[in-house]
Amino acid sequence: MTDHDMKDIKDNAYDGLLGGDDSQWAFGTDFEDPLAGVDTTIADGVDAAALAAYCLMLGDDALISSHRLAQWCSNAPDLEDDIALSNISLDLLGQARLLLARAAAADPTVVPTLPEGSPVPAEDALAFFRVEAGFRNVRFVEPENGDFAETVARLVVFSTYRLALLERLRDSQDAVLAAIAVKGVKEVAYHRDYAARWFLTLARGTEESRRRLVAGLARIWPLYDELFWAHPVEETVAAQQTGVDPSGLAAEVDVVLEQVFSVSGVDRPEVPQVGRVGAGAGGSGRHGRHTEAMGPLLAEMQSVARAHPAGRW
Amino acid sequence: MSTVTSTDARSASRDALDRARVIAATVTDPEMPMLTLEDLGVLRGVEERHGTIEVTITPTYSGCPAMATMRDDLVHALHDHGYADVRVRVSLSPAWSSDWISERGRTLLVEHGLSAPSAVAASGAGPGGPTPLNLLPTRRAITCPRCGSTEIELVSEFGSTACKAQYRCTVCLDPFDHVKEI
Repeated sequence: MTDHDMKDIKDNAYDGLLGGDDSQWAFGTDFEDPLAGVDTTIADGVDAAALAAYCLMLGDDALISSHRLAQWCSNAPDLEDDIALSNISLDLLGQARLLLARAAAADPTVVPTLPEGSPVPAEDALAFFRVEAGFRNVRFVEPENGDFAETVARLVVFSTYRLALLERLRDSQDAVLAAIAVKGVKEVAYHRDYAARWFLTLARGTEESRRRLVAGLARIWPLYDELFWAHPVEETVAAQQTGVDPSGLAAEVDVVLEQVFSVSGVDRPEVPQVGRVGAGAGGSGRHGRHTEAMGPLLAEMQSVARAHPAGRW
Repeated sequence: MSTVTSTDARSASRDALDRARVIAATVTDPEMPMLTLEDLGVLRGVEERHGTIEVTITPTYSGCPAMATMRDDLVHALHDHGYADVRVRVSLSPAWSSDWISERGRTLLVEHGLSAPSAVAASGAGPGGPTPLNLLPTRRAITCPRCGSTEIELVSEFGSTACKAQYRCTVCLDPFDHVKEI
């Protein structure tokens, strides 16, 4: 028997849970930093504050989308799709963790201040202790899931958008973002294939499945245009070749979606788009202006961490 | 004499590093314990830096929840063999590919009822450029790991862990996991 096994047996089992070997636990140790040991040096000429703000944008898109998809766990139409949506949620959560940790490493001032001695790592402080206006995700990922068809419609669009974005981000001058993008492309390609196949299946399935799909697509579509609005931070990182200007993605995303729509025999929705919020404020999700769905989402996602700001999990 | 001593010290340190490599290479994957992290291609290197053993691993998927356990298991294995100072680095680049699973690893997967991934290049997903949309179920030339039949059908692209798809054999009727190409 090895030394550490012996120690585990001699000590009170519950002492072992929180004392001594922190590396066993999921939260509250720097060993768990998803970027532990990754070189997070920022290249010369790169605006660290803009880079951090940009990482929050892409990280929040993944985090909020992941949270919504996780709400399907135990609720999907069948076990296979329950597992599929949970797997997709997990991939996006992994991307969110890396991106939020990258934001914190690039500019530590983005991380909310917690009581002294709090064991909460930066990525969790960002996820659980920012207020709604601090989140930079596009509004597209926030609304409630709706039925399975609406979730499929949203996932087709979001994964097509994110795949096009990550494919370009592979060339980022920031080595960490480039590495996150290379992994993300492989994952999101699976997500898009999954969602697009279900889109086709529902469109060509029964009258009811098609009715629900078309209705779901119309419900998600009013927030489509915002995906391609460039925030000043996105323009800055694009100019510095660390990030991607989303206005350059629209044509490619449209082509892929048109392919899905035409095979499915579904028309691209013609519904009015939700505009910017606030007079002249340029208000969008990227500015921290969100839909009504965001508050309840954060209340659920953040409640446990906020109730125990010094908690160890 | 001092030259001899320093040569001895270097050689001792070299031996210690070689032993650390052997130990790290025995640590297994928490989800697929028949495979070592080396077989899986997750273990990228073991080096010695200023007296610290530095082990480099890479995640299979961004959200792989087994990373923390892999790191702990590596640290514990090396601690148990007397290496006090061990650090585990995560390397994100180059990104893990299922092509890195060793031949031994592939054989062990099949022996344990899993189907091993095909070469990534053959599955159409290559680096650079837009990824083609795939509206038809992915076709993989794989066989049932239990009966060897090629009469198999895809149940779901997503399985019990992020790295697996679910299949069913229509001859022996057994379900099985396929480690996905990525």
